[in-house]
Amino acid sequence: MKYIIVLFTSFFLSVHAVGSMAQGSVNFSDSDDSKASPLEDLQASLYDRYELDLYGFIEVRGGWRLQDDAHSRDASIAEARLQLDLNKDAGWGVFKLKTDLGYDLVMEEMIAELREANLIFSPYDFLDMKIGRQVLTWGTGDLLFINDLFPKDWQSFFIGRDDEYLKTGSDAVKASMFFDLVNVDFVYVPVFNNSTYISGERLSYWNGILGRTAGRDDIMSDRERNSFGSDSEYAIRLSKNLKGNELAMYGYHGFWKTPEGVDMTDSADIRLVYPELSVYGASVRGMILAGVGNIELGYYDSRSDRSGDNSAIRNSEVRFLIGYERELGRDFTGGFQYYLEWKQDYDQYLQNLAVGAPAADEYRHLLTLRLTRLLMNQNLILSMFSYYSPSDHDVYLRANGRYKLSDSLSAEIGVNIFSGSDDHTFFGQFEGNSNAYFGLRSSF
Amino acid sequence: MRKIIIAGGFIFAVLLLSTSLKAAGAVPAVEEIIERANLSAYYAADDGRADVKMIITDAQGRTRERGFVILRLDVEDGGAQKFYIYFQKSADVRKMVFMVHKHMERDDDRWLYLPALDLVRRIAGADKRTSFVGSHFVYEDISGRGLYEDTHELTQINDEYFVVKSIPKEPDNAEFSSFTTWIDRKTFMPMRAEYLDKKGNKYRVVEVLSKDVVDGFSVVTKSRVQDIVNGGETTLEFTDIRLNIGLNEKIFTERFLRRPPREVRK
Repeated sequence: MKYIIVLFTSFFLSVHAVGSMAQGSVNFSDSDDSKASPLEDLQASLYDRYELDLYGFIEVRGGWRLQDDAHSRDASIAEARLQLDLNKDAGWGVFKLKTDLGYDLVMEEMIAELREANLIFSPYDFLDMKIGRQVLTWGTGDLLFINDLFPKDWQSFFIGRDDEYLKTGSDAVKASMFFDLVNVDFVYVPVFNNSTYISGERLSYWNGILGRTAGRDDIMSDRERNSFGSDSEYAIRLSKNLKGNELAMYGYHGFWKTPEGVDMTDSADIRLVYPELSVYGASVRGMILAGVGNIELGYYDSRSDRSGDNSAIRNSEVRFLIGYERELGRDFTGGFQYYLEWKQDYDQYLQNLAVGAPAADEYRHLLTLRLTRLLMNQNLILSMFSYYSPSDHDVYLRANGRYKLSDSLSAEIGVNIFSGSDDHTFFGQFEGNSNAYFGLRSSF
Repeated sequence: MRKIIIAGGFIFAVLLLSTSLKAAGAVPAVEEIIERANLSAYYAADDGRADVKMIITDAQGRTRERGFVILRLDVEDGGAQKFYIYFQKSADVRKMVFMVHKHMERDDDRWLYLPALDLVRRIAGADKRTSFVGSHFVYEDISGRGLYEDTHELTQINDEYFVVKSIPKEPDNAEFSSFTTWIDRKTFMPMRAEYLDKKGNKYRVVEVLSKDVVDGFSVVTKSRVQDIVNGGETTLEFTDIRLNIGLNEKIFTERFLRRPPREVRK
């Protein structure tokens, strides 16, 4: 059954691709005359009957590891998915429902994911409310996050899913208030939403407890935070646009989004945990030297280990980033960032580190470079994003080329390359996961 | 109130009369012509909206279509402006919002909102000769080119047009060596512009294919840009044009990137 789904989707997309390329040689601007697909029929009838907007895409993706990894399968990604994005504008508010359905051949399981389900409305002139499952983003970093403590899916990011999948929805209430003096966004998450971390089921990683790289042979499990009330998250942003300079202050009260702690009280059932965390920060972004400049700062208060002497819980940190992006030529942009994680209470950290465990540096420096080139009437997009840490001596390179075959069809190829001189550093631990992938998407 | 309106109407009529006398009589200076052409092309009324259909045809005859709603607010006539562009087509850009705060004295502020990531990106776009969404139009065609960037010379006057030749003051910042604009003598609408490359060959033509009058203002309803050298063209069709609709300046802020205003939702 599962192969049938994937094969059928692949077949549908290839026929579609060949068809659109063949049509491309003749003028097909009169596309209204061509026969509508069943999805387009559904689109039209939903709108006619209920004024419902239905959009979405069908996609297949495949990818392989570029080297043997003793701890994982060769295939890094192999899936077919259908995304349905349903919207209803009721005038006083807008409903949104976005779901993904499909099959994942690597995990051998169905994909059935409710990505968004929310309602936006404005009860007062100064107030916007957004309630339900929603994707939330704020902060100024480019693929670096300091004050954005909304859930992310690092696994999707590393295996070559579309950028959209880096973010997962929060089940939240967001209230945004707009005043002349300052704008206030307040997000309440009743029950903690964690980020999807690298657990070993799909990508191999450094297992600090075993002191070696692990994968499917040692899939970590975590202790979920799921009690209503005590496991709630609160995030706030105050923002102001001053003559094109965007100033913001942030606060967060909740938990580390990835399990930065270990509970070893029961040696037969060692679990990863999400320790308490509060973050306070600020950012500024504006035009400078014919480009965009940004600075962001955050203090990570690891509330369960303020003294830093509990080796099972990540220490408090100061995080900082500065970035600059500008055009290097026509349809060619470049962006550069410097990012710092400064571990607090470093002496205590060293003193309490388990015997034999590799010590992290007090300062983790990270540099990123983004290059984006648009070619062929902006239908071919070449992009490269690289992370390089001079302190960890590791590298993560993301390169991607996407070509829009037509207004509805796009094809892409890309690589995710990890390299490091140590097995335990942030990117170095994923060395066995370097992969190449392709994707074909038909949007409707 | 009625008195004020009547008085206002009278003043407006007198102004119209005086300008038309001017048009009929003495030839205005080239500076005045290009200033009025700029106002006519980019600053009609105080604000406005339009549905835009863009068809991009490449040299091989393949077409791509973009559809968007554009909102414009003039902060100052002939000066700062704000634009809000809400994409409806194609599928890969649907619901994205492109917002520009155009300034005279410094680089424009530009934002792009990506709804799937709820991401408000700041765009580093100093080069206004870059293609607008992959079409043959460049940013300057959409939001206007600074008048001070070129020297202008009135080269010809006929019954219909003032013909103005413009040469960039900083040739390195433009891919053309000069361009010539045919400006309608009655409406001051630029009807056609021809661009010459560095060797003096014509390579690009922008022209108005049809126009209309909305609320007393001449507006373009269809325009086209052609790439003479490589082939290919882009047409823009404007429908449901409305002017002086009283757009709230607050629409042009981050709030409405994340929550598109009623004015652009269908």
